[in-house]
Amino acid sequence: MSTIPINPEESPSFISELIYQLKIKDAMSTRLITASRTDTLRTVQEQMKEHKITGVPIVQGTRLLGIVSMDDIIRALNDGTIDEKVDVAMSRQLIVLEEEMPLAFGVSYMDKYRFGRFPVLNKDKELVGIITSRDILIALLVEFNKEAEAREQEPQGPPDDAQIRREFAVKKFDFEHAGKPTSEFKKELKGLGLAPRLLRRIAVASYEIEMNQVVHSDGGTIAMKVTPGTVEIVAIDNGPGIPDVQQALEEGYSTATEWVRSLGFGAGMGLPNAKRSADEFEITSSEQGTTVRCRFELATEEGA
Amino acid sequence: MHINEITAQLEMTIVSGDSKTEVLGAYTSDLLSDVMAHANEGDVLITIQAHRNAVAVASHVDIPAVIVCNDRPVPDEMLEAGNEHGIAICTTPLSQYEVSGRLYTLFAKEP
Repeated sequence: MSTIPINPEESPSFISELIYQLKIKDAMSTRLITASRTDTLRTVQEQMKEHKITGVPIVQGTRLLGIVSMDDIIRALNDGTIDEKVDVAMSRQLIVLEEEMPLAFGVSYMDKYRFGRFPVLNKDKELVGIITSRDILIALLVEFNKEAEAREQEPQGPPDDAQIRREFAVKKFDFEHAGKPTSEFKKELKGLGLAPRLLRRIAVASYEIEMNQVVHSDGGTIAMKVTPGTVEIVAIDNGPGIPDVQQALEEGYSTATEWVRSLGFGAGMGLPNAKRSADEFEITSSEQGTTVRCRFELATEEGA
Repeated sequence: MHINEITAQLEMTIVSGDSKTEVLGAYTSDLLSDVMAHANEGDVLITIQAHRNAVAVASHVDIPAVIVCNDRPVPDEMLEAGNEHGIAICTTPLSQYEVSGRLYTLFAKEP
């Protein structure tokens, strides 16, 4: 386990973010097993055996002098120098990490230098920990777990699989631009090869709820969302709301002004028309605004 | 039938659009929601609504031509909308009743 199978450039963004967010000190072990330069290699060998470790930093106080690895011990056993002081055998050319470095440094050092462990220093060059590839993997797994739990806690919205999404602002009494969003939606859907009858139903519902916003609301938005198998038209306005939604859905009921009626609108047919045209119709209203949602199933239409 | 074949009978002028526009039937209404709910594709719309929203409605339900009755003036923006959506606009001094009646007879004679 001398390398970590993580390539900072090619990993999923979540992993590359994580290894830059986490610091060496988040993953390192601070339970230090150290020896002093006057200890013998045999003492170090016993420490390794007892603590099941493969490297022991040699220190003077908090100052790192060198490191004795399992390889050094094997060599000493071979050469018959196992009872000599660590001074003679320890590696002094040390590659160290700093505790504030991103964990990504640890990952790349493991790959680059092929050492099993790296001593970690603080900014005052004091030995504060040691890090192995195992420490890094454990830290990553712990973070994965935390992240997975956090994601489970998040409210799960429906996955957004929209293939096409168009949205237009609708202004109060803007009869001049009314109908434009619906025309754009229709054009877009025509390009998808929808059956004419379905296209018409969508256009009727879209235009009716659009005109409803123009005539009755303080303005809002109208949007079309196309997903595999469905088209959804959603009109959301900023108020003032419909006091009696049930009544508004009755044919012939209207609160439109005379001049709106003189244009051929406001006959109390808008919402009923939209409702009849849609496969699913949903309306919610409060003083903060009204949302009308019309859904169309693409599969149910003949020839679609 | 094409609209240029019925101009004389309906005393109408084609003010914009293709004179060869074909109509398959007719729907008479001044309520645009009613038009959207009941007009058929290919119908000519007989109305007094002379504004761009009438054209928008026509385009949404695939009405190829609009006949504006009672010699109501057609604003430029309605003509523009007609050109934009490829919808012919005609005017006539006749009322919706007159136009509807004459057109009904004409369609009835069609083979």
